[in-house]
Amino acid sequence: MRTPGRAGVPVAADVGRVHGVADESTGFSDGGAIPRVVIVDDHRLFRSGVRGELGDAVNVVGEAGDVDSAVHVIGEKQPDLVLLDVHLPGGGGVEVLRRVLPRHPQIRFLALSVSDAAEDVIGVVRGGARGYVTKTISGRELAAAIVRVADGDAVFSPRLAGFVLDAFSATDAPPVDPELDRLTQREREVLRHIARGYAYKEVAKELFISVKTVETHVSSVLRKLQLSNRHELSRWATARRLV
Amino acid sequence: MAVPATDTPRLTRVVEGRLLGGVAAGLARHLGLDPVVVRLALMALAVGGIGVAVYVALYFFVPTDPEEKEHGEADSRRKGRDLSQVVAYVGLGVGLGVLFLLFGGVFDPLLWFVVFGTLGGVILWQHANPSQRDEWMTSTVGGAGAKGVMRAGAGILLVVVGVIGFLVFQEQLQNARAGLTFAFTVLAGIALIVAPWIIGLIRERDQERRERIRNAERAELAAHIHDSVLHTLTLIQRRAEDPREVQRLARVQERALRSWLYQRPADADTTVSPALERVAAEVEEEHGVPIEVVCVGDCPMEDALTAMLRAAREAMVNASKYARTEDISVFGEVDQEEVLVFVRDRGTGFDMDDIPEDRMGVRGSILGRMERHGGSARIRTSPGEGTEVQLRMPRTSEA
Repeated sequence: MRTPGRAGVPVAADVGRVHGVADESTGFSDGGAIPRVVIVDDHRLFRSGVRGELGDAVNVVGEAGDVDSAVHVIGEKQPDLVLLDVHLPGGGGVEVLRRVLPRHPQIRFLALSVSDAAEDVIGVVRGGARGYVTKTISGRELAAAIVRVADGDAVFSPRLAGFVLDAFSATDAPPVDPELDRLTQREREVLRHIARGYAYKEVAKELFISVKTVETHVSSVLRKLQLSNRHELSRWATARRLV
Repeated sequence: MAVPATDTPRLTRVVEGRLLGGVAAGLARHLGLDPVVVRLALMALAVGGIGVAVYVALYFFVPTDPEEKEHGEADSRRKGRDLSQVVAYVGLGVGLGVLFLLFGGVFDPLLWFVVFGTLGGVILWQHANPSQRDEWMTSTVGGAGAKGVMRAGAGILLVVVGVIGFLVFQEQLQNARAGLTFAFTVLAGIALIVAPWIIGLIRERDQERRERIRNAERAELAAHIHDSVLHTLTLIQRRAEDPREVQRLARVQERALRSWLYQRPADADTTVSPALERVAAEVEEEHGVPIEVVCVGDCPMEDALTAMLRAAREAMVNASKYARTEDISVFGEVDQEEVLVFVRDRGTGFDMDDIPEDRMGVRGSILGRMERHGGSARIRTSPGEGTEVQLRMPRTSEA
């Protein structure tokens, strides 16, 4: 999905907080098609709300209200991206990920939830979602996040960044796999800025690196978060049950 | 036991103050006598063997006092090693010994089988006692099932050994075989008929219990929602024309609900992260600008950190009042050596050089306060760029 011409994509800013860059267009890759999206959420009102807010920014090709119908609709429509509610009847968003990803690894998932619980956030990201945003997000920000994730990048809200920093630092135990179990200094630095409420572009400016590099760092953190087997990670999430 | 004579208590086994099974104490209470009298009488009877039989029978058939159960339990356990209890056990042993002698000596295997059978019976009856069964079920969640099955198995084994042994030594087994076969067949048939019904009963009971727990939870939830959420919703409807107030109410309620749903064990008075969250919540409530707090790590409060929180609060208040922003980000990070707090807004920003007089608070309560306590503060801002206040405070004590 990662188009070669990504350099031209305006940075739509980090999700969860984009106010300073409000005037920046949430535009899409110049040549890129509008992403085809399936919305999975058990609240019909919320689905239609999101649909309305997103407007023409994305092409909503389907909706589903529970795990089974979600799996069915996603398989049928083959969207670029699925907007996935964490709490769903029939096993939750994680279950959808578990059943869809092995068969359609090219489909990207962006998790959406009212919950800020660490367990939920970490759970769904480790399940394969490439980003996590809360439902209070504005339509414009959501559209930006969708484009970012559809393009193969990761979307970290400040809170998710905080969770990850916490999870990866909360140990003195030697890592099992240093490649996966530890964040590099640079990644940590990027995450700290995101946690402070900086948009990707602002992080780039702050650290004198390109936006592209910021994206690379975030994607790499995402990969570590998903692949690391450290049990501190899950233990941390359970121990911290909440926010 | 001060019991009015007019109101004779039901005959129950007493838990509190019991020596063995609580039979004598219960009997005494029922009859309005001193327990010692009843115990002595039972001992006397035990010499003839009858006492023991009576005691055992009463033990089986008389239920324990349900009301007394809860509070008496710990107490009676504590008295477990009491001398008088030992005496009671010795008495029971002597009674059993007398029984043995009557039947023809300790070496008569027959008696041992009687003992086996009785022992098995005791275990099974204990098991069947609903109050005790419940206790096992609930008190030890994991091992309860296995323990119960083991007990039942041991009891059945003992009874079977007792019965068969008895028959063998009476040289009745041959004669009894036909009868036994018949009995077993009948029993098996009855079991087949009754089993589904019993299983159904057990399931029903479990279901009922689950339902009860669920109802209790639901009631608590309903009470909570009524007290908080419904109340807020009413307020919101009344203030519908004031969007700012409505937003404030919604935020306050959201926070309350979140903290109730995802309760954090940490205490706002003793560690930094929850304290920072609380400060932010207070400022938000006062000024109506949403503040998003992200915290990494935590450590116990120190004096310098309290000062830091005050400075952070000042920064949040400033951002709420002057930045004209929609929301504020607060990031707190607890490191090995220091604590960092960032308060950032994307508002109007300002020029540090011409801070208006009325905003000298920035100098005094943020920069000055941090420096006085050995920390430092940095303010990054320029018109139109928003503001970020960075606070840094070294930790004095390593936690």
